[in-house]
Amino acid sequence: MKPGSVAIVGAAESTQLGLVPQLSQIQLHADAALNALADCGLTPKDIDGLACAAEWPTELAHYLGITPTWVDGTMVGGCSFWLHVRHASAAIAAGLCSTVLITHGESGRSWVGTQATSINQSSLAGQFELPYGVLGAPTMFTVPVLRYMKEYGLTHEQLANVAVVQRQWAARNPRASQRDPITVEDVLNSRIIAWPFHILECCLVTDGGGALVLTSAERAADFPTRPVYVLGTGESVETPMISQMQDFTSSRAFRVSGAKAFAEAGLRHADVDHLMLYDAFAHLPIYGLEDLGFVGKGEAGAFIWEGHTAPGGKLPVNTNGGGLSYMHSGMYGMYALQESVRQLRGTAPAQVPGAEISVCHGVGGMFGASGTVVLGNQRP
Amino acid sequence: MSINPKTLPRPTPETRHFWEGARRGELLLQQCESCAKVYFPPRPFCPECASRNVRVIRASGRAILYSYVINHRLPKWIDAPYAIAVVELEEGPRMMTNIVDTPQTPEALVLDMPLEVVFEPVTADISLPKFRPARGGAR
Ligand SMILES: [Zn+2]
Repeated sequence: MKPGSVAIVGAAESTQLGLVPQLSQIQLHADAALNALADCGLTPKDIDGLACAAEWPTELAHYLGITPTWVDGTMVGGCSFWLHVRHASAAIAAGLCSTVLITHGESGRSWVGTQATSINQSSLAGQFELPYGVLGAPTMFTVPVLRYMKEYGLTHEQLANVAVVQRQWAARNPRASQRDPITVEDVLNSRIIAWPFHILECCLVTDGGGALVLTSAERAADFPTRPVYVLGTGESVETPMISQMQDFTSSRAFRVSGAKAFAEAGLRHADVDHLMLYDAFAHLPIYGLEDLGFVGKGEAGAFIWEGHTAPGGKLPVNTNGGGLSYMHSGMYGMYALQESVRQLRGTAPAQVPGAEISVCHGVGGMFGASGTVVLGNQRP
Repeated sequence: MSINPKTLPRPTPETRHFWEGARRGELLLQQCESCAKVYFPPRPFCPECASRNVRVIRASGRAILYSYVINHRLPKWIDAPYAIAVVELEEGPRMMTNIVDTPQTPEALVLDMPLEVVFEPVTADISLPKFRPARGGAR
């Protein structure tokens, strides 16, 4: 797809983030959707394309009163929204629809209007991982990191420092759930969840939602908001089994997705002003920086330690505070995309001065899936 | 470590041989007759070259500790922190497991330490392959 042929014209999060027990999960979707539509002056009747994950598009179309000619219910975990942006961009460019709404809502903390899912005991993960006492992401997503630490000499302090730096960003963001400064010692003294991970190295558990509206770049000029152009996209999957990922020090899905997005955008790493790296746990920005090629193999821990991703650094990363400090409802990706849009509109609480290119990269179903979107505020 | 019945493996036609082997105390892998790839978890074709010409082989049971976490957020049915580990078998494939007969501490669990398989019966049909520090007892 030609870079810049589709733009994000509407973007908003749910009215409240954090603890929102007064809204059910589908209403969190709707609240965010109505906010994003109001942002760009549209109503559900103007929408002809709909994408969402975890809830059925059928459910959202009915609930919001949308008659779509294109739907996408791709659900590959927390990065599903990057795939929705990618698929929607292709659909708009191909003329399958003209105006796409992507919604997310998740009652991840209050569990209102939602239902726990469990691993199928006859799947390969159910037979060969579940019996060994795995209990959700904190006990699986974290398993590869000791291998990484041994192979590349990443220290416990460097891992803890990822959370410290993201709290520095969160301190600048009034909507962040956790804003008090923390030190490496604070992180290493916090409760152990799954050694070597402490609670401050694990994401928050919150309620919230977000939504995006996409249309063609030609139409984007007619909207009241500053268009954010889709310059390049990538996606891939590897395996739902953490024990079977090819390389414990690198994600194949990250590498494939990232390379595709950079190639499509025709950009070099030096062109990137702002970076979002889905951080359900503290090791993910490390894997992300390396697998996307921003630093060499084994260099990310030191790169973050030296302050390059922190406020004032040369590559601002996770400027909303990330899943570790801003919010994380279970599938965090939508909130990372929202921050990229804010940065490129120039409306972020911790604004990167003059940001023109933002790379937003995500992970889903542990290291199972990945999506990458390169966004810019100048049409190429 | 006691087990929640909701986390017991439910064999399928493609994996039944593995669980029958485990009940007999044998760790079974598969090998492709076309490209010689040894693989796990079970499926009736080669994940490398897609050949259906594959056979079941018995692993030596020797492995090294590849990576792990020690889970401290305990479910109701488990009373002390435990390691969720991935081992690399001598034949190449990796598998998730628990490490038994050793303290569940970073000091006792050292990456690349040699391990050997043991089988833990949990029901009449299911024995789980687990690993302990090597004593030279594995086949
Ligand atoms: Zn083969």
